[in-house]
Amino acid sequence: MTKEEKQRKIVIPGETIVSGDDYLPGDFTKKEHEDIVANRYGLAEVSGRVVRLIPISGVFEPRRGNTVIGRVEDTTFNGWIIDIGGPYSSFLPLAECPRFINKNDISEFAGIGDVMSVKIQSVKKGSIDLTLKSRGLGKLEGGRIIKVNPHKVPRVIGKEGSMINLIKNQTKTEITVGQNGYIWIRGDLDGESKAVDAIGLVVEEAISNGLTEKVEDFLKV
Amino acid sequence: MTYSKRLDGRKFDELRPIKTEIGVIPNADGSALFAFGETVAIAAVYGPKPLHPQHLQNPEKAIVRFNYNMLPFSVSERARPGPSRRSKEIGMVSGNAVSSIIDLTKFPGTVIDVGVLILQANASTRCAGINAAAMALAHAGIVMKEMVSSVSIGKIDDKIVTDITKDEEDYEKGEGATDIPFTLTSRTKQITHLQLDGKIQTGRFKEVYDAAKKACEKILKYQERALKGEKIDENKNSEDKKQVKKK
Repeated sequence: MTKEEKQRKIVIPGETIVSGDDYLPGDFTKKEHEDIVANRYGLAEVSGRVVRLIPISGVFEPRRGNTVIGRVEDTTFNGWIIDIGGPYSSFLPLAECPRFINKNDISEFAGIGDVMSVKIQSVKKGSIDLTLKSRGLGKLEGGRIIKVNPHKVPRVIGKEGSMINLIKNQTKTEITVGQNGYIWIRGDLDGESKAVDAIGLVVEEAISNGLTEKVEDFLKV
Repeated sequence: MTYSKRLDGRKFDELRPIKTEIGVIPNADGSALFAFGETVAIAAVYGPKPLHPQHLQNPEKAIVRFNYNMLPFSVSERARPGPSRRSKEIGMVSGNAVSSIIDLTKFPGTVIDVGVLILQANASTRCAGINAAAMALAHAGIVMKEMVSSVSIGKIDDKIVTDITKDEEDYEKGEGATDIPFTLTSRTKQITHLQLDGKIQTGRFKEVYDAAKKACEKILKYQERALKGEKIDENKNSEDKKQVKKK
């Protein structure tokens, strides 16, 4: 593999990424005669023979197993309808809540407008089911919520949580990052604002090198 | 007296200075600005997102809601705000022009909202709107086969001209003015939108198509450059050049 092939480049829909019979179409690409054509806007990556496209913008696409942060939209007799910012609204059944809840008044646990950290149990056509049965899930009280581009979430978390742990430790805040781009922050007032600004910096400069150092310098000031 | 020289001094196949940029509306999932000279359009895309009321949902595919609107201050005489017969019609044709390139099967029962606002108008606003909308859709990460580019070709007297202005639209001498907005796809060069306001000899239509194809290829280059992170403003550049010449 030559050096050139490893490079990533931004492509627009309908653009020919590479041409020739040596290549195979991967995610969000299509083969048209000889050419591998991009099907959406993003970063094209040629690895070996396979050409794939990494999305860099757009709405959150829910997948099974994602931990997300959502706001209660409505309560029903057997669960909660939760807005997680995807193409469909999602449902958290009462049975998926690990602690005892009085069935006659489930808004005692969480009412409209409350924020929860939940996991996606299944994604079916037109509906998403959630669960609370996992570690670290549940209602989030106090603090604030910010929204970032969901495709930048891996950058906010960093390698094995390095970036988010750095921000947490330096600002003395609790932070939960949802895969859907919602981030919950709780701490003292200064810490919270500092963490919001630091996350803003990470999102803004997501592609630059030495980002951890930059954030470190920013947090020291 | 024939129309031998254009009113603003451009060549017959020359576009107005283009200005274009993406990400102009931070709150939207995708957004873009596109301007042909004094015609400025911005577009915002939201979605795919849940669609209510439920009876509007299509269980087989997502739907596109295209909203075109001219701001009150965009024309010299204040435009009455809100939807009008004209803006509804343009919204519909522009929606058809862009929805044919989008893969709508991925999120059935949802809606993709496209809003186009005209900030300043000097003819071919729908073309600027479609160009901005195509860029905003790409920026919003919508799965689409290819891009679209739009341009208005005119027949002023007996000349085929590219990207006409309001003054040219109102030209009355000789054969008068004809306005033909064209939208072409980037890869397959198919027509997704074509309107005709005026008269043209059937034999000359091939010339119009060739002019549109040439102009759309140029426009696509600008759209591509903007989507790859460049901010383009030829208006400023041309002013700079003029100043240099004067000195």
